[in-house]
Amino acid sequence: MGVQPDIELSRPVGDTLRKTTCYMCACRCGIDVHLKDGKVRYIEGNRDHPVNKGVLCGKGSAGIMQHYSPARLRAPLKRVGPRGSGQFKEISWDEALDTAADWLGQIRRTDPKRLAFFTGRDQSQSLTGLWAMQFGTPNFAAHGGFCSVNMAAGGLYTFGGAFWEFGDPDWELTKYFMLFGVAEDHASNPIKIGIGKLKERGAKIVSVNPVRTGYNAVADEWVGIRPGTDGLFVGALIYELFRTEQIDLDYLVRYTNAPWLVVQDEGATQGLFARDEAGNPMVWDKRTGAFGNGRAAEIQPALTGSYTLPDGRTVRPVFELMAERYLSVDYSPETVAERTGVPADQMRRIAAELAHVAFREEIVLDRPWTDWAGRRHDKMIGRPISMHAMRGISAHSNGFQTCRMIHILQILLGSIDCPGGFRYKPPYPKQTPPNLLPHGAAGDIKPEMPLGGPHLGFPHGPEHLLLTDEGGPSRLDKGFSWDAPMSAHGLMHMVINNAAKKDPYGIDVLFMYMANMAWNSSMNVPGTLDALTAKDENGEYKIPRIIYSDAYYSETVPFADLILPDTTYLERWDCISLLDRPISEPDLVADSIRHPVVEPDRDVRGFQEVLIDLGHRIRLPAFTNEDGSPKYPGGYPDYMVNHQRKPGIGPLAGWRGEDGSASAVGAPNPDQLQRYLDNGSFFGLPIAPEHSYFRHANRGYLDWGIEKGIRMSADPTIFQLYSEPLQKFRLAALGHGPKQPPDTHRKRIVDHFDPLPFWYPPFEEQMVEGFPLHAITQRPMHMYHSWGSQNAWLRQITAANRLYIHTSVGQGIGIEDDDWVWLTSHLGRVRCQVRLMDGVNPHTVWTWNAIGKRRGAWGLDDDAPESNEGFLLNHLISELLPKGGGGYRYSNSDPITGQAAWFDLRVKIEKADGTGTEPLFEPLGNDSQPPAPEKLAYGAKFRDRT
Amino acid sequence: MHPAYSVIFFTTASGAGYGLLFWLSLAHLLGLLPGDGWTGFTTIAVALVLITMGLLSSTLHLGRPERAIRAFSQWRSSWLSREGVAAVATYVPSGLLALFWLTGTESIWTPVLALLSAAGAVVTVYCTGMIYASLRTIRQWNLPLVPLIYLVLSAASGALLFALFMALFGYGSVWIGVVALLATLAAGGLKIAYFAEIDGNPGRYTAAMALGLGKDGIRQLDPPHTRPNFVMREMGYSVARKHAQKLRRLALLCLCALPVLFTVAALLTPLSTTFYLLAVLSAALGLVTERWLFFAEAEHVSMLYYGAARA
Amino acid sequence: MTSLPNSTERKLGLVIDLDICVGCHACVTSCKEWNTGGYSAPLSDHDPYGADPSGAWLNRVHSFEVTDGDWSRTVHFPRSCLHCEEPACVTVCPTGASYKRVEDGIVLVNPDTCIGCKLCSWACPYGAREYDYDHGVMKKCTLCVDRIYNETIPEEDRIPACVRACPTGARAFGDLGDPDSDVSQSVEERGGFNLLEEFGYKPVNKYLPPRKPVEPLPQAAEEAPANTGSRLEKLFAWADRALSR
Ligand SMILES: Nc1nc2c(c(=O)[nH]1)N[C@H]1C(S)=C(S)[C@@H](COP(=O)(O)OP(=O)(O)OC[C@H]3O[C@@H](n4cnc5c(=O)[nH]c(N)nc54)[C@H](O)[C@@H]3O)O[C@H]1N2
Ligand SMILES: Nc1nc2c(c(=O)[nH]1)N[C@H]1C(S)=C(S)[C@@H](COP(=O)(O)OP(=O)(O)OC[C@H]3O[C@@H](n4cnc5c(=O)[nH]c(N)nc54)[C@H](O)[C@@H]3O)O[C@H]1N2
Ligand code: SF4
Ligand code: SF4
Ligand code: SF4
Ligand code: SF4
Ligand code: SF4
Ligand SMILES: [Mo]
Repeated sequence: MGVQPDIELSRPVGDTLRKTTCYMCACRCGIDVHLKDGKVRYIEGNRDHPVNKGVLCGKGSAGIMQHYSPARLRAPLKRVGPRGSGQFKEISWDEALDTAADWLGQIRRTDPKRLAFFTGRDQSQSLTGLWAMQFGTPNFAAHGGFCSVNMAAGGLYTFGGAFWEFGDPDWELTKYFMLFGVAEDHASNPIKIGIGKLKERGAKIVSVNPVRTGYNAVADEWVGIRPGTDGLFVGALIYELFRTEQIDLDYLVRYTNAPWLVVQDEGATQGLFARDEAGNPMVWDKRTGAFGNGRAAEIQPALTGSYTLPDGRTVRPVFELMAERYLSVDYSPETVAERTGVPADQMRRIAAELAHVAFREEIVLDRPWTDWAGRRHDKMIGRPISMHAMRGISAHSNGFQTCRMIHILQILLGSIDCPGGFRYKPPYPKQTPPNLLPHGAAGDIKPEMPLGGPHLGFPHGPEHLLLTDEGGPSRLDKGFSWDAPMSAHGLMHMVINNAAKKDPYGIDVLFMYMANMAWNSSMNVPGTLDALTAKDENGEYKIPRIIYSDAYYSETVPFADLILPDTTYLERWDCISLLDRPISEPDLVADSIRHPVVEPDRDVRGFQEVLIDLGHRIRLPAFTNEDGSPKYPGGYPDYMVNHQRKPGIGPLAGWRGEDGSASAVGAPNPDQLQRYLDNGSFFGLPIAPEHSYFRHANRGYLDWGIEKGIRMSADPTIFQLYSEPLQKFRLAALGHGPKQPPDTHRKRIVDHFDPLPFWYPPFEEQMVEGFPLHAITQRPMHMYHSWGSQNAWLRQITAANRLYIHTSVGQGIGIEDDDWVWLTSHLGRVRCQVRLMDGVNPHTVWTWNAIGKRRGAWGLDDDAPESNEGFLLNHLISELLPKGGGGYRYSNSDPITGQAAWFDLRVKIEKADGTGTEPLFEPLGNDSQPPAPEKLAYGAKFRDRT
Repeated sequence: MHPAYSVIFFTTASGAGYGLLFWLSLAHLLGLLPGDGWTGFTTIAVALVLITMGLLSSTLHLGRPERAIRAFSQWRSSWLSREGVAAVATYVPSGLLALFWLTGTESIWTPVLALLSAAGAVVTVYCTGMIYASLRTIRQWNLPLVPLIYLVLSAASGALLFALFMALFGYGSVWIGVVALLATLAAGGLKIAYFAEIDGNPGRYTAAMALGLGKDGIRQLDPPHTRPNFVMREMGYSVARKHAQKLRRLALLCLCALPVLFTVAALLTPLSTTFYLLAVLSAALGLVTERWLFFAEAEHVSMLYYGAARA
Repeated sequence: MTSLPNSTERKLGLVIDLDICVGCHACVTSCKEWNTGGYSAPLSDHDPYGADPSGAWLNRVHSFEVTDGDWSRTVHFPRSCLHCEEPACVTVCPTGASYKRVEDGIVLVNPDTCIGCKLCSWACPYGAREYDYDHGVMKKCTLCVDRIYNETIPEEDRIPACVRACPTGARAFGDLGDPDSDVSQSVEERGGFNLLEEFGYKPVNKYLPPRKPVEPLPQAAEEAPANTGSRLEKLFAWADRALSR
């Protein structure tokens, strides 16, 4: 018998440890990057970090391969062949920046709106937005319009927060968690951590999702709903709560507009709140037996009844209108059972469980607090029901109203920002809707002039639309026009097609950043490719110039004329700011940075750096001193420290003030970045325990929020069960008021802008016939959109996607696992390979999102499975709806917010002859990229093995 | 299991070599080996070359052939190690025997060396068989029949070779032919029994046991990776049933039926060399087919994690 | 060496909670990332950007749909070496490269002495050993032996990389030989089980089964006993009370 070998148990991990922020997805976890001999040895979660608390997801743990991807761009590129050919010439940064400055400068001097600047998955909108504002173009947005605006707007118009990334379930205390339409979401690690906690405590998890995988697989109860029908399902739950009289009336009276009186009489004020002379909404005060101020504290407002205003108009409280809507037979469990595919009994039981947990298992925290009216409470009472929802709700054309309906359910149960309920993350809650209006109406756009304010906001009515003098859209994407009046995030998905069609107008430069618009983030990919390459009668591209910043050789790169190559996330400065999308947790105001933990080995530059440089080259005031010198000669880090949005408020909230002792508000601190580095690249300002709940109405928190610059108003946030802005649009469509929609749009607005949420069938299914199945996608947890496929490790896990279908659908057309089928929509067809399963709604087929790749991109060989077996549903999703009654083709979006309706897709399926995916596009040229290695033995060097 | 050609070649070639060595040694021991030292030497050299080629091929099959020497260390527990030790050990008496015959030296030791060589051959082949038979992960291998088959197949192929060489040297004798005939028949019989045995056993282990869940149904939804990994390539090789049936018939035909016919013909006609040659060639094809099937038909328990229902 | 120790001082291993695992593959890639530069470095990949990408991984996650009676679920199923107490993967090894450590029961391959004969992978019923075609040696879960005793890393991090990464907390590491350890306790409480118990290798790693659905809470409450009127009228009557702000 030999002896066990001696092994080196205590070998140091690396020689250097750097703490920064992950960016393999938008979750923004803290990471510890271990370096050895200048190479990345290991990446693990930062235990102190508020987002991930030490854990790391499948992507984050594959960071080494992301960082060393062969698809990384290497130098600025100028297109030399036709668009799409991938023929480029490497140029210097000076040439690249001069070229861009030349193109952009000309536009700014003549007609700023001829620049469209749209950004995708970035997290520096406060900088990109400022830049675009300074430029003066109205055509700026990030990708929210095709992503999650229904959730953001639905929440912000209702309760001043939102699911999305603006809040969290109270993971510590909740007893009953409902998850609607989520496969992964932005809070990738926090949701997983949270689910783990719920499981450990034995809290019940109910998942409402057509597909049973991932989070939905571990749920205690799976509701395999038919896509697009959540509004009916939630409506039935509300119906049951009303029917069984299990509603938190006190909560409604205290925090919502349930008692506000709504004008019933036809006319210009119909459906608006009755208001007193000061503009306050009115209630019927039972204590005084008279009308009272709906915002006052000392009232006993009636929830029922019909009252007559002094001027003779009849008014009724919101509560009654709401009860009438949801207690109507339209929402009874029996009525909706068939359409949703959820048995009536199950809905009744879930409603009973919700009520039971909310009202019979309430949580009482001995934690005194003071409400907005200054009244002291010695306890915090919680209804431990929490909910979370995302794209399964969002990506439907009825998503805004469905999202609002979920919020109404939460509010009826009294479960917003209470112990065990849904919790806001600072800087939320905001006012309902937030006091942030969109800018960029035609009159606002002037050569060499910044825009009057930020592009994106929350219209309160038609007066806030961004229109031309003729009433048409002022923005290229038709955001904030009658097509999508409340499009708080713009409509990035329409930009390329609108620009090529010059509808509403043409542009000179399309400037994009970090969005793979020639592939997986466009609807109708073939059409989009046509638009990118379409030429006019003079042989000029209809979109004359395209500037694009990517870090990798994505499908979009070959379509740009000028490429500004970005760094990887380990090579640059970044700022995840409270001015934008911070990393706050419910009990912590937090932001973070990235910093170069390894030096780029290529001629690439951080995009923010480049944008600041460009801003100075074209003399944007925010980036240029009076004397013409650059305002931020130190580049992005300089900006992060020294830029001030308002006095004392800058991109970073931590360690402000000259000596670093101030938080959130304070003078710039030259030492600020070092303090971030010393603290693991993030900053967190804890919220006092007495401010931890009821923040919408917590005096202490409201005041503190103002002091810290994260709140604009000291007034409480009042939940808008009934959303008056919607009614204002509706009144306009009914012919009231100075701003009127075109006649083509009137009916659509009247029908959909209901101030009380309701359900309507998604548009595509209303408009097409012969496509019996719903087709949806899910995010794989280990892949981030298109950019995971270049990762040698991640792509081994998923290199091709299947179409998952219910076994009964397979039997119906006589196919088995691995067979190939044609999937056809009203737009086109794809050939794909199936896998049968039981855990899917029988009317639904689905696949993993963004696995399909075009040949030539991402450093992959032409015979990669991603391109030959993998497929995108995007080829089937039309960016426009079929012609409706008026002959006008609306975008395939929510009529209220413009949110892209990816999941409205309807298809039919049939057995295919032949194998391999179709359509199969020509390979993209990629001669400017180095060849990818044929094998990897990463790490051998760390152990001196070969 | 993946039928690696190096392993097929190794087991068949060295099996035949050990069989030949066995019969040769036995004949010498019993004083039945006709002819002079040259006959003995040539035959034993052929045996050793076959053995050595087989061993070399299996060594080259290693990921780290330069470390092959380490494989002799674990004879206490490992049949592979034992096989190595036995193989090397067998070289000693057989090598000496070859040397004596080459130099024409008469010695009282040659019977002892022959005995040791014969024993070494048996032990080595037995170890080879046990490498497979000891693996409980593969029900088609984990059978008492398996080492017996290795031994008998080795004996049969060795006997045919022995008969061929004796005939070549002009010493064809009936007993050798009869031994070859019997060994070949036994090989065929054992293989038939083996096929019946593995066909009759659906496998003790189920996917539900592998997962500890799903006693009423298991469907693989997503494998852990899109393309096959090592385990799937190595353990997941499978041959279509219809195809396997054809190959089985081919194996039995070439390994047993034809050699028996040819041997009978060799015994009964003057063309014994030709017929033994045909018998050997046929058996070689049969053996390779048999060995390929031995791997290809073997189902590994680990495939329960990759969609197999039983193993 | 290849002979198994009669007993080991401890039985270190993992407990994997199938009730919680969401199939995120964090344990898969964190394992790869740690170990490709760790004790058995590298874990090579072949054709990493081509048609047939594959590599050596020490931990993989499957997903299945399973049915037991009228209960059915999608189960995400991580699988790595179970550090069996009586595994033939060790005893078949001709070189002694495979061994089971006496002090903690970890089953390891010595990358410096393995000859890459692959026999051990044949002996493992769990498919837990993966051959590194490039390096020519067998790779398997090391239970992160170069982390769990590593004095150069903080004590709380002396756990396997996969456990450290797992976002849901579905993986736990500890001494399964100690009945009082947290892992043994959770196995006891939750009915932790062995994979292929019938096979008899006595895995140290345990799996916790998915919890069966909790008893449904009370059924729908009956409608409030009503005097008269429609549902709406009843509701309004109920809501018509003095409610102060
Ligand atoms: N069918 C279907 N389609 C969908 C969806 C769906 O659910 N189903 N989801 C939609 C949604 S919500 C979204 S958000 C979109 C997402 O779609 P995209 O916004 O297009 O997201 P990615 O595919 O990640 O592409 C982002 C681009 O950023 C590049 N990139 C990565 N890292 C960096 C970096 O550090 N710097 C720079 N400059 N570039 C970088 C990548 O190379 C890639 O080209 O997809 C949409 N498309
Ligand atoms: N790993 C990883 N994480 C990511 C991303 C990624 O690409 N990869 N992308 C990020 C981005 S940009 C976004 S927007 C978020 C999105 O995160 P998610 O909101 O989780 O988006 P999806 O993965 O598209 O999941 C949508 C879910 O809704 C379900 N669904 C579809 N239609 C309906 C319906 O009508 N009703 C209900 N109830 N469910 C439905 C689908 O089955 C699916 O489970 O994820 C972010 N996080
Ligand atoms: S969830 Fe994963 S990929 Fe996203 S930031 Fe966190 S660790 Fe990185
Ligand atoms: S799981 Fe396999 S490799 Fe690990 S100890 Fe058990 S038999 Fe050996
Ligand atoms: S491959 Fe290596 S560890 Fe496995 S049995 Fe062979 S020598 Fe031993
Ligand atoms: S213990 Fe270490 S080697 Fe084993 S699966 Fe986990 S990370 Fe991989
Ligand atoms: S990391 Fe945890 S949750 Fe994710 S697959 Fe592994 S065990 Fe499951
Ligand atoms: Mo998104």
